Amino acid sequence: MLSRIAESMFWIGRYVERAEDTARILDVQTQVLLEDARVDEEQTCRDLLASMGIEPEDFPAVLDIDHVLAVLAYSPASPTSIANALANAREAARGARETLPVPLWEVINTTYRSIPSRRFEALRPPYVFQWVRERAALINGTADATMTRDEGWQFLVLGRCIERADMTSRLIASTALTGGTGEQWTSTLRSSGAYETFLRTYRGVETERSAAEFLLLDRLFPRSVVFSLARAEQCLDNLGGDPRRAGFQDEAHRLIGRTRAELDYGSLADLVAELPEEMERLQRTCAAATDAITRRYFEGAEAVSWKGVRL
Amino acid sequence: MGTMFEGYGTTEPASPAYDEMFDGESLRSPYLRLRDSLGAMTTPELISRVEALQASYLDQGVTFDIGGEERAFPLDILPRVIEMDTWSTIERGVQQRVKALEMFLADVYDAGTVFDDGVIPRRVITTSSHFHRAAATIRPANGVRVHVSGIDLIRDNAGEFRVLEDNVRVPSGVSYVMTNRRAIAAALPETIAQHRIRPVAGYPQRLLAALRAAAPAGVTDPTVVVLTPGVYNGAYFEHALLARTMGVELVEGRDLVCRRGEVMMRTTKGLAPVHVIYRRIDDEFLDPVHFRPDSVLGCPGMIDAARAGNVTLANAVGNGVADDKLVYTYLPDIIRYYLAEEPVLRNVDTWRCGDADAREEVLDRLDELVLKPVDGSGGKGIVIGPRASTDELDVLRGKVLEDPRSWIAQPVVQLSTVPTFVDGELGPRHVDLRPFAVNDGMRTWVLPGGLTRVALAKGELIVNSSRGGGSKDTWVLAGHGDLHQQEQQQQQSSAIDLVEATSPEEDA
Repeated sequence: MLSRIAESMFWIGRYVERAEDTARILDVQTQVLLEDARVDEEQTCRDLLASMGIEPEDFPAVLDIDHVLAVLAYSPASPTSIANALANAREAARGARETLPVPLWEVINTTYRSIPSRRFEALRPPYVFQWVRERAALINGTADATMTRDEGWQFLVLGRCIERADMTSRLIASTALTGGTGEQWTSTLRSSGAYETFLRTYRGVETERSAAEFLLLDRLFPRSVVFSLARAEQCLDNLGGDPRRAGFQDEAHRLIGRTRAELDYGSLADLVAELPEEMERLQRTCAAATDAITRRYFEGAEAVSWKGVRL
Repeated sequence: MGTMFEGYGTTEPASPAYDEMFDGESLRSPYLRLRDSLGAMTTPELISRVEALQASYLDQGVTFDIGGEERAFPLDILPRVIEMDTWSTIERGVQQRVKALEMFLADVYDAGTVFDDGVIPRRVITTSSHFHRAAATIRPANGVRVHVSGIDLIRDNAGEFRVLEDNVRVPSGVSYVMTNRRAIAAALPETIAQHRIRPVAGYPQRLLAALRAAAPAGVTDPTVVVLTPGVYNGAYFEHALLARTMGVELVEGRDLVCRRGEVMMRTTKGLAPVHVIYRRIDDEFLDPVHFRPDSVLGCPGMIDAARAGNVTLANAVGNGVADDKLVYTYLPDIIRYYLAEEPVLRNVDTWRCGDADAREEVLDRLDELVLKPVDGSGGKGIVIGPRASTDELDVLRGKVLEDPRSWIAQPVVQLSTVPTFVDGELGPRHVDLRPFAVNDGMRTWVLPGGLTRVALAKGELIVNSSRGGGSKDTWVLAGHGDLHQQEQQQQQSSAIDLVEATSPEEDA
């Protein structure tokens, strides 16, 4: 498979997942603001933007939910917005169009088209978030139903899993930063679509500790960090295709595997004690793994460039 | 008799142009069934189908770029119908022309007998900006340089098809022929069922067979790729469609690298060799070593790889000398010279401004002629005399006197008209036709249909999509007998051709 196409597949996976996860986070946060009069709107907005990686110096003087929605959802010019993620997913898909199954290209393209046609802007919370979740489900479902399980598929899933681990870690960090009360963990669980599953698993006993444990370490819940990292490892395994007696040659595989093992075998008490720092480390791992994947698979063998001639 | 075509064309002043559906009041025979089937439809129903058609094109991303903006390619709901007999003349004419062009190119880049025998002056070729010395004495693997061609035809006032220009570099538009058919079949299922139309969906397989047949000698299972300038190119949709339907990789310049005279592509498993490149990039951008040193669209070393016979470029480098508008004026003579036949399809009458006598006449009649720059394309630089202001004509006069070699002149040909649905009503609009031909080295196959471009503005004569043109589905009616069988026979004969063409002794 062409390196460039592989890269496109990887980023389709990442951007679609990013749009979906951003919508999930915003959905819950806007609901909390509406339902709970005690919540400080400005502080919530501040935490939300910070957890999505926006620097405090970029905050406006008056910070309200409308600004947050513009930056994280509607504004195509904002690099952290859902609109931007959908446009990027479509740009990546356009560059790999001849390799995508036609139905997959069409659902990605139709999703994107509601941005220039302004249909996306016209949708307001909470429907807009439901719409994004549904479109993401449609894209992922179409990919699942139509793509052959070749390298392209592995790269798509790999991108999706790395993005999911990264976004879940941001969600956990933002909850921990805001003090991590029981109610906040409930909303965090709800934004991952995990609340009911969590209640069933822990038989209704809600503690902050178990909520963090569930989102970080559960081996069966598909949005947990450990589940996502394990799935990413599997993809790298399928891609690398050289069984070794010892160790891993692939840098990305090593990075992701080590972090997953640390989470799996570390003590929960230590982890919870330093949650924000741990989550930041996890995000750095995801970035480093992406760099390693880019170097190995996307830049192609011995990249050389034509320097032109001096006349 | 229904309401649909009533009053057609009566709102416009009478035009000398040939209307393909109506001869005055009476209906022409190819359109009989179409009239019967559509005549009963009401305008609101037609409008709802038009809307569904446009929406489906946007969702599928059948678009082209104008100045960075992505637009749906306008497709008119009414098809253009061509009868079998008319089509077989076009087919023969195109085949003849491609054959002559192939022989001409082989001659120009080798012995040059056509100059020695005085058919065309050597300087006409050597002064062409498309003449590339880098292409001299390259002998393509199966002798083919014009793998794909698009010969633009128009219908004059008497209804005769004439050649307007040849495109043997990177002709585009074939993807719309295929997508138009699918879209119209969905929009007008009843109508299409009442016609026996020759299918167009087989094009990618024909093209792939021709590309494989052109592989370098000794390569039994060649890797074919489509080379595109990238997603921002106006025809990117087409490049992607062709790659997808042929089942080959779509590569950009940055995916390729040359090693020891071979072209390789970067894959997730390292470098993989490439044997045939169907390139959709102009000559000048292919290889910075030989052409523009600032181009990043191609790949350095590609031309040397082609010269070494390790990779086949389709279409070949340097083909531009044959579709130059000045060479066009010599083409009837070129056909007679190589084939000893009269041209099946006549040229449009043309004056060369480079000839002193012709120039004098052209300058006298500037206000009634169409002036075209010889190396322009896409309708660029064309001046239509009767529509130009005095100032514009003065500027033009200056340009022609300054560089007469760069200009040709033609009478204003009223392109034929076909009923077209614009802004809620039917009216005559001018059309041209670009049939596509694929040469696999054994025979030239002409796609039955071709791209009909239509100028959507009333009275407009320039049909290019960059000037607001749209397209029409073009139906070539099948003859009597079993349609399926006819196509199959053609398929089989080409399959045999393919087997023969791939044996390396053939071209040794």
